[in-house]
Amino acid sequence: MLRRAGQSLCHFLLEKNSGAGRSWCSREAKMSRPVQARRLEGIDKNIWVEFVKLAATYSKVNLGQGFPDFPAPEFLTEAFSRALGGGNHMLHQYTRAFGHPPLVKVLAQFFEKLLGRDLDPMTNVMVTVGAYQALFCCFQALVDEGDEVIIIEPFFDCYEPMVKMAGGTPVFVPLRPNPPKDGKLMSSADWQLDPAELASKFSERTKAIVLNSPNNPLGKVFSREELGLIAGLCVKHDVLCISDEVYEWLVYDGKQHIRIASLQGMWERTVIIGSAGKTFSATGWKVGWVVGPDRLLKHLRTVHQNSVYHCATIAQEAVAQGFQRELMLYGKPESYFVQLPKELQQKRDWLVRSLDGVGMKPIIPEGTYFLVADISQFKSDVPDVPNSDEPYDHRFAKWMVKNKGLAAIPLSAFYSEAHKNSYTNFIRFCFAKEEATLKAANDILQKWKQEKTSS
Amino acid sequence: MFLASRNFCCRGIRSCQLRTGLLSRSIKHSTSATMPFRHKNTRRIEGLDSNVWVEFTKVAADPSIVNLGQGLPDISPPSYVKEELAKVAAVDRLNQYTRGFGHPSLVKALSQVYEKVCGRKIDPLTDILVTVGAYGSLFSTIQALIEEGDEVIIIEPFYDCYEPMVKMAGAKPVFIPLRCKNDGNSASSADWVLDPAELASKFNSKTKAIILNTPHNPIGKVFTREELQVIADLCIKHDTLCISDEVYEWLVYKGNKHIKIAMLPGMWERTVTIGSAGKTYSVTGWKLGWSIGPEYLIKHLQVVHQNTLYTCPTPLQEALAQAFWTDYRRMDDPDCYFYSLSRELESKRDRMAQLLKEAGLKPVIPDGGYFMIVDVSTLNVDLSDVDEKQPYDYKFVKWMIASKKLSAIPLSAFCGPETKKQFEKYIRFCFIKKDSTLDAAEVILKNWNKQTG
Repeated sequence: MLRRAGQSLCHFLLEKNSGAGRSWCSREAKMSRPVQARRLEGIDKNIWVEFVKLAATYSKVNLGQGFPDFPAPEFLTEAFSRALGGGNHMLHQYTRAFGHPPLVKVLAQFFEKLLGRDLDPMTNVMVTVGAYQALFCCFQALVDEGDEVIIIEPFFDCYEPMVKMAGGTPVFVPLRPNPPKDGKLMSSADWQLDPAELASKFSERTKAIVLNSPNNPLGKVFSREELGLIAGLCVKHDVLCISDEVYEWLVYDGKQHIRIASLQGMWERTVIIGSAGKTFSATGWKVGWVVGPDRLLKHLRTVHQNSVYHCATIAQEAVAQGFQRELMLYGKPESYFVQLPKELQQKRDWLVRSLDGVGMKPIIPEGTYFLVADISQFKSDVPDVPNSDEPYDHRFAKWMVKNKGLAAIPLSAFYSEAHKNSYTNFIRFCFAKEEATLKAANDILQKWKQEKTSS
Repeated sequence: MFLASRNFCCRGIRSCQLRTGLLSRSIKHSTSATMPFRHKNTRRIEGLDSNVWVEFTKVAADPSIVNLGQGLPDISPPSYVKEELAKVAAVDRLNQYTRGFGHPSLVKALSQVYEKVCGRKIDPLTDILVTVGAYGSLFSTIQALIEEGDEVIIIEPFYDCYEPMVKMAGAKPVFIPLRCKNDGNSASSADWVLDPAELASKFNSKTKAIILNTPHNPIGKVFTREELQVIADLCIKHDTLCISDEVYEWLVYKGNKHIKIAMLPGMWERTVTIGSAGKTYSVTGWKLGWSIGPEYLIKHLQVVHQNTLYTCPTPLQEALAQAFWTDYRRMDDPDCYFYSLSRELESKRDRMAQLLKEAGLKPVIPDGGYFMIVDVSTLNVDLSDVDEKQPYDYKFVKWMIASKKLSAIPLSAFCGPETKKQFEKYIRFCFIKKDSTLDAAEVILKNWNKQTG
């Protein structure tokens, strides 16, 4: 709050020469009344602002923020170029607000097959500015002041501030690690919800639960039984499900991504969220979508038409063509949805060996392109500071990027404020990276290990 | 019943689909019949679901209709702008996330252009936010700075999204109309003015902001320095914010100058100025806009942005940055697109006005922007038999689309409830159209009186 009680406005005017010619550099006073809206309270901090800056400044190898450093597939960038070269300059103008017709049509066709139900491209699909904006529309459309929203920890960090901005109350339930007794490396499957604990979080104020499968940051792919558990509670308590499935194609070891909306009683209460950025390795295009019943999507449309209204046309055109190709190649070896997870699985395994080889204990992810590793054996390099405000893994990750040039994200970034100290010995790595990047990461880790053993 | 485990190798996929389609429909019916659905819309969007564009873009989508309705250029963007986008398609890293608050080369270019225009230092990292169109800037500004208990002054007629956005933020819109000073005989957008006493009466201790739009959509008014000073004085007196929508800033016609209210003394610290790539470069489909203002205001918009969509598309921002550098280098040159577009549009404006007059209509010649409002009451089209309880201009436009194959937008879409009667004899035409579109409009208008439609 910027209340400044009854001061007169003072203007300090300094003449200053600058590249823009003569300019006035003035320290003008601010407005004296408080300016920002209360809905922004407690949501101004953001892990990415800090860590992206650190990575940009210090990192030699960036396994932090989740984006590929390999190129988007050629068929996609070619589709973009073709659209531009095609001479239809109307692709530079507004398209249909709720989604470019070719894109919503092909999304409907695709998801019809995946969900086994008829979909109307005009009412069951909406395009958004990335999955991020899809999440925003869900919370704004469906969460009112006083509503509770269940969030499974660890979670993609934006869920909490978005729920708060909508006036809702986040209610957290943790995935708990059950390490295998044989001393093998943990899998993301070993992190599980306690059914009784989950059930206890549902109250008459519960409006929705946010599900993210495959899960960022752990890489967990929820099993049919686990989804059945969540679905049962949603139906019992008449609760909505916001299902963030952006990593739907990135599942490994022959596992299957199951869509909770296909479970009994769930279609009518679920909004499915997807992302072209993750599907086609083009995060910078910011094309996402929601799929769901009209009676929920109509409210998302209202939010959308009163916030951004249209999404960029040309990116939607290219993504539509990308999906057309995938529709034709579905299930075939040349399908990008087959090739990408295959490539990423190899990279995953590479990074797992790399980390295991130096004493960081990776939790093997079943999906996504993230991997969380236990860094307890490296604690000596970054001593504990008792009574520190900052969780240990935060300080470790910062030290690591500054001193070793390797960027990663502390796991506590994915926990609520109250639970930031639950698991402070883990950091998250992104492995959607070129071989050279992963090799460079390995070199840094090997050198580090040698320094530790020799000291 | 788990329907998703089906994979594609099943033969007769059509029958599969049909079966599962029927199954899923029966499941849908059975579960929804047993449980009343309590999940309705949130309070913040109550009553905000209807929208003039959804109604009229559908109606005008028929390709046989000459569409002068929605503000959509059908002229081509300049070739160098299209080329910049083609170039970026080949650069790998431009397909991944960029800086959330604005791609570095874009915010740098914007700061340079606007430093030159404003004659003041603008920090690209703290004083600028890049958004999804000017629409996104309006939303970010309102969500950041407006809340329940606040009043926001909106000048009528207004770009229609201001009212629902203010309401969605929980605040109360307070309307004040532009009034025609020549007893309703308006030849120019300059005839439409605010009554200073009436304006002053709208300000009180609850007034958080006033939304200014200059050049103005739909009338095309370019607020003069004196008019802006009246608004500025009230903002300073009542310690109010000014949200200045200046998307048409480059489209001002001979004899007029676009003045930025943020440059008036005491206004920089209380103004968020909004701009648009779509309007600047005739690329509405790129959906890039920006908010410029003092850091202590922009930082709150940045917080909204990081909690709504986080970052805007990278390739479009890079291409836009390059386009801006091209025009920045020639800002002292008449060939700069910022000026050449406005010259091109001025002749379209004049042509449009001529055609409308010849058809017996009374256009209000705009000093800026690419819209023109027209008084259609002179035609005396009797629509009293049309049953719908809509204002006259809504009925007129629908009639015109059906019988004349020409579309426009009814002006009462841009008014609050009290003023609809005042503006229901006007409709809005968009003239950022290629010659062949204007030729087709000409044919319709010339034949207007020949039909007894």
